[in-house]
Amino acid sequence: MPSGPSDDADWAGCVRRIADVQDRAAFAALFAHFAPRVKGFLIRSGLGVAQAEDCTQDVMATLWQKAAQFDPGRATVSTWIFTIARNRKIDILRRHARPEPEDLPWGPEPEPEQAEALGRQQEAERLGAALAALPQAQRELVEAAYFGDLSQSEIAEKTGLPLGTVKSRLRLALEKLRHAMK
Amino acid sequence: MQVTHQIGDDFLAAYAAGQLPEAFDLVVASHLSLCPPARERYDALEALGGTVLESAPEAEMSAGSLEATLARIAGGASPQPELARTKTCDVLPAPLRDYVGGSIESVKWRPVGMGVKQAILPMSDGASARLLYIPGGAEMPDHGHGGLEMTLVLKGAFLDGADRFGRGDVEIGDEDLVHHPVAEAGEPCICLAATDAPLKFSGWLPRLVQPFLKI
Repeated sequence: MPSGPSDDADWAGCVRRIADVQDRAAFAALFAHFAPRVKGFLIRSGLGVAQAEDCTQDVMATLWQKAAQFDPGRATVSTWIFTIARNRKIDILRRHARPEPEDLPWGPEPEPEQAEALGRQQEAERLGAALAALPQAQRELVEAAYFGDLSQSEIAEKTGLPLGTVKSRLRLALEKLRHAMK
Repeated sequence: MQVTHQIGDDFLAAYAAGQLPEAFDLVVASHLSLCPPARERYDALEALGGTVLESAPEAEMSAGSLEATLARIAGGASPQPELARTKTCDVLPAPLRDYVGGSIESVKWRPVGMGVKQAILPMSDGASARLLYIPGGAEMPDHGHGGLEMTLVLKGAFLDGADRFGRGDVEIGDEDLVHHPVAEAGEPCICLAATDAPLKFSGWLPRLVQPFLKI
């Protein structure tokens, strides 16, 4: 049974088993790992607890329904679930679908290449390690940017740093993370 | 086509995080449809979203949550096949066609003087977006300052000081930028301009109070 972020290859296997044989045990494993994280993410981004629970169930149901469209050559399972949760949150807040670029990232592709999937997986591991290795202040900025619980001006206010410093620190952090993925 | 003015990581991350107002989402989605290098940078920032999700504080699910979700799945409609949104040669990339309800031919332009035309796109939150049509050689509408503005070129080009902005390029203006964009002589310049509205919004961007394009 997969149990941690470093086992994402197994998560991809779970998604495939849902697509191929509607495997409930695989779904339960994904649910146990990801649902509390999605719910935590949604609460931190400003949804109420009941709404976050409802939205998380929706996100996980979408994962089941779209399992056949998941392409491990394009993204890891955690990234895929992140985009589903983000889009669902925007649907709720705006009552309007998020504008998406052309050539949708999750379109079905006949044969995802094993090597590419492995590459994504390794990239995610490097990224996770690089995020953990950032100085705490920078890591918190990156997390706040994705959770959306604090604006940059609020961070500036809270820390007493000029807004320009907050902005340049975040840029620096993103640059470091990008470097780690190469 | 070479896009020379790409959107920076800070805005791409905000789009990946789902923290931008709808009008700026539309500019970024359109830019990413026209600029493959930015698209590649963007994909990495979505991957970062997955990494951050892994580190998210866990919130316990309600009792019976898994069963409730399985019941939703059993009761749910079969998934809609994703619509193919392949590239076309239209002036408008797919995300914009969704807002306009068709190609560039379907845009309902309204003249605003001096040959300039605009079409305001409906947005659900404070920031606003509009398509602008500026005859070759004409000045872009006057810009206020103290807000954030993103301008994406869809057709033709405009010049701003020493910089030239062509199809796919984005100019970002904020309170520090004093600029005087002029459409390049020749064909008309069509762009998508998004600005903060005088409403406050929380989240990623600094709160800004000035309405921007005073047309």
